Parts: sequence; structure tokens; C-alpha cells
Amino acid sequence: MLKVESLRVEVAGREILHGVSLEVPKGKVVTLMGPNGSGKSTLIMTIMGFSGYRVTAGRIYFKGKDITEMPVHERVKLGIGLAFQRPPVIKGVKTKQIVEIAASARGREVDPYELAKEVNMENFLERDVNDGFSGGEMKRSEILQLMAMDPDLLLLDEPESGVDLESIGLLGEAINKILGREVEPVEGKSLKEVKKEYAKSALIITHTGHILNYVNADLGYVLINGRIVCSGNPREILRTVEKYGYKECEKCL
Amino acid sequence: MSVKDVNLEKVGFDAAEKERAGTYMQVDSQVLKCTVKQEGVEIYPVVEALDRFDWAKKYLWGVLPEDSSLGNFSNGYFIRVLPGASPVFPVQTCLLIDQDDVQHVHNIIIVEEGAELNVITGCSSLPGKGKHIGVSEFYVKKNARLHFTMIHMWGREVEVLPRTGVVVEEGGIFINDYVCLHPAARIKAYPTIYLNGEGATARAQSVLVSTEGTDMDLGTRVYLRSEGTKAEVVSRAVSFGGRLIARGHLIGEKPGVKAHLECKGLLLSDKGVIHAIPELEGRAKDLEMSHEAAVGKIAKEEIEYLMARGLDEDEATATIVRGFLNVDIIGIPESLKRELDEIIKMSDSAM
Repeated sequence: MLKVESLRVEVAGREILHGVSLEVPKGKVVTLMGPNGSGKSTLIMTIMGFSGYRVTAGRIYFKGKDITEMPVHERVKLGIGLAFQRPPVIKGVKTKQIVEIAASARGREVDPYELAKEVNMENFLERDVNDGFSGGEMKRSEILQLMAMDPDLLLLDEPESGVDLESIGLLGEAINKILGREVEPVEGKSLKEVKKEYAKSALIITHTGHILNYVNADLGYVLINGRIVCSGNPREILRTVEKYGYKECEKCL
Repeated sequence: MSVKDVNLEKVGFDAAEKERAGTYMQVDSQVLKCTVKQEGVEIYPVVEALDRFDWAKKYLWGVLPEDSSLGNFSNGYFIRVLPGASPVFPVQTCLLIDQDDVQHVHNIIIVEEGAELNVITGCSSLPGKGKHIGVSEFYVKKNARLHFTMIHMWGREVEVLPRTGVVVEEGGIFINDYVCLHPAARIKAYPTIYLNGEGATARAQSVLVSTEGTDMDLGTRVYLRSEGTKAEVVSRAVSFGGRLIARGHLIGEKPGVKAHLECKGLLLSDKGVIHAIPELEGRAKDLEMSHEAAVGKIAKEEIEYLMARGLDEDEATATIVRGFLNVDIIGIPESLKRELDEIIKMSDSAM
């Protein structure tokens, strides 16, 4: 689904990513952990294609296509959807409007009210985008927009930060729904077979790992100082970091 | 080109008058139309009103100081709503410049006690030079309400020099929406609202777009002269290369008045100038007056956020500019909104 090859990225003339390679296979959920300032958000912003993140070497492939130079909105149309960690306020643009914009980018038509109900956002549709939203409301608004887009690859930048525990469950459910991962036994199919049919992928940046209680991750990466230092079972990585900190991860190098 | 070629729909003009309480239309100095469709509304050419009714004379230069240097006005509208009347539909007025070098009008609106009136006024011109001098005096009586929406769409070489004075009596409400998307070569206006009666309220909102080669100097002044009066003045200005001065002046003369002034500008070209001049003048204790002024550009972050929702850069910019200008809040005609999108697109590609 997504393949990042030896990516070097500069922000304001300073190299932040020093040759990062990682892969998010089709149907898999991948976590990206790492200390503050390690370059996690830079990686996600570069995958999305934002200005200010200059790729000096390496390539990004999505669905087999080299998207390294592709404009942001075309990546969206191709199926990448990003939930921002700190989305900006856009005055005069209603949340309902941005939900419709997001849906139409992917050739979809949605009923914003029906979608909003799933993340308790129906009272926010007539409000300006993110204007006066609390941390948790912003996250729910981001997920609502992703629901409208129905992307094939979700990029989630700390979806649980600033969200109370109760709401994390709600967000987790919504994310699983976008991923097509509401695990319910399907008649005539084993769970293993159902899982094999998962088509959507996600790359999730998480600090606390709380989201892993709700969304099953398949693979984890650790990014430190702009380099991938470790990959493996995401729960094991989380346990190691919780117990020993990132120092232990660095030893993997 | 003739008057028929001007798209008056864009300035809110409904030729069929289906949802209008009445119409006044003047081209150059000639009154083309003066009709009344609903009870309780009186509309006359101002010259006729002054001639027919002795009492009407006190409303001429009743708010503004008489200025003989302006010379004689050719005509203008005289609109009066009888006490307690509230016509469902707005009255529309339209002032056009076609052949003449100068159009000089004097307009009077009287909303009698407890009455309500919406007025949509569109001013436009055929391409060419010209000068529009419009003196307007509005009287909002006790517990009356006037919502005045003005849409300007001038030719590029027209000079527009209006003068407006409004008196609001006790409990009266005056709402002024002003939209100027097709600026003239020069437009200068500083309407003054006098909140004379206790609890009188004024709300003024302007949407201004200034393109290259235009010079706009616009503001609203409000005198809060009685206790409990309130005023809110908001202007949103975008310059694609034109020069634009956004003024505002609130004068609080009694304790307990409340007033807020907001001037926000988006400057989208190095050739343009936005000069925000907000002024607050308190003349009594215990009043609350504030202002907020900002001149800036569109944050790259906001554009990219909308791009991450699938809009290309131009669409994202247009969406933000439209949002900034609040066009959906002011009830401006759909065709004018489309016009705004075109202006943004054109200016975008020129940047």
C-alpha cells in the first residue's frame, strides 16, 4: 500500500529524516512511536506532501505509484487521508462544508448529519471548522472528515492526544469502521478469512499507545533522531518503551 | 451597450418584483420605475415627495448638515413605511449611471414608529467614466427597524462619493450590510449613525474587495448618544492589489453604552495596501468599547489543510477568502457569490 524508501527530508534547511524506510502493507495497521522531535510528524507530513517538507533523497510509493512529487490534493484523491494532530481554525467555513468537500474529493456523497452522529459531532456541523473546539472535539472532527473521505490509507497523527478515555473508545470504533475492521463473525467465514479481506491500511503515530487498546496494530516502528531504529510487534515495543524508555530501543540500532 | 445589458440580478434587483414590496429605479437623472406592491409602504421620487408633502421637507438635510457645494440633486428615492407596518418583502432600489458624467441623488428613508423595512439597493454603471454623488438620510423611529443592504458594482472608472446619515430613536434597530465587489476607480464613504434614543442599536457589516487600480476609503461612524445604546461595526476587506482604507469610529457619549469595532483585512498582493484605522472615543464613565483590527495573509497551513481534504490550491484559497468575507452570513444574491468566486479565481491567476 505505502512504501517509503531511504527518505531524507529537510525542514527549514535542516535535515530531519536521515534516510527512513518503512512499509505499510495492504490491510495492515502500523504504529510509529518515538520521542518528541524524532521526526514522526515530519514523516507523515511528507507522505501527505505538504510544502516546507523538502525531500532531498528517497522516494514515496503509494499503490505502486511514485507520489514523491505529487500535489497534496491528488494524493487525497488517490486515497490517502490524514487526521491532523493540531488542525487549524478556518473561519467562515462550516464543519458541514468541509465534510462535504472531503467526501466529494473521493467522488462520494455523504449525509454529514448521519456521519456526525457516529462521532457525536452533529451539533458542530454548523460551526466554523475547529473554531473553539476542545482537543477531543478537534480529533472527532478529524475522524469525521476521514469517514467522509473513506481513504485507503489513514495517517493518524496522535489521534488520542487531548482526548478523554471515554472518547478514545469512540474514536477507536470510528477508526475501525473506516478500516473495515469491525470484527464481527461473518457467516461462512472464519475470523482469519475475514481478516485476510482487510483492504485498508493505517499508519498511526502514538505517544501513549492508548489507541492500541481499541485498534489492533499489526506492526510497529520506532523512530529516533530521524532514523528507524526498530520494528516489530507494536505491543512489545510499547511495553519496552513504557518500562525502559526509548534508550532501550536505541540499543537495537 | 444599454441599461438592459447590465446584470442587475447581481446587485439584488428582481425585475419581476415577485418578492419585493416595491421598486425605485433611476438611470442617470431619469426615474424609470417607481412602484409599490405592499400596503403600508410609500415610495416616491424624492423631488415629487418634497413637492407634494410639506412635512417631507423637514427630512431633507435633517440628519446631515446641508452642503450647497454639492449643487442640486436630480432626484433620488423617498421611502416611508407607515407606523406599525412591516412589509414581508424588501423594497428594492437601483441607481444606474448610463450616459451622464455625474449622477447626483438625494435619498430619504423614514421608518415610522414600530414599523419594519428591508431595503436592497444596488448601484451600478455601464462601463465608462462617471461620478456618483449620493446623499442618503435615514430615519428609524421609536421601536422601528431598518435593514439596509447595499450592493455596489461600479465600472472601473467611476468615482463614488456618497454621504449617509442615519438617526435611530428609542428602541430602534438599524442594520447596514454593505457589499462592494466591483470597486470603482475611487470610492469614499463614511456613513454616520446617530443612536439618539435609549436602547437604540446599530449593526454594520461590510464586505469589501479591492482589485488593482482601485482606491477605497470606507468606514462607519456611530455616535452612541443615549443610555443602553449598542453598536457593532464589522468590516472584512480583501485586497488583490488595490488600495483600501478601512475605517471605523465609535463615540460613546453616555454611561453604560456598549460598542465593538472589527476591521479585518486580507492582503493578497504586494501591490495592494490595506490600512485599518479603528477609533474608539469614550466620553462617559462605565462604558464598554472595544476594537479588533488585523491585516494579514492567508495562512499556508489553512490552504494545505483544505488541500488535504481534496481541494486544489486555487479552490482552497477561494474557500478561505469566501469564508473570511462572511458572504454566507450577509444575504447577498447567489449570482453575486458566483461573481465573487470568479473575481478570486481571476485575481489568483494574476498573482
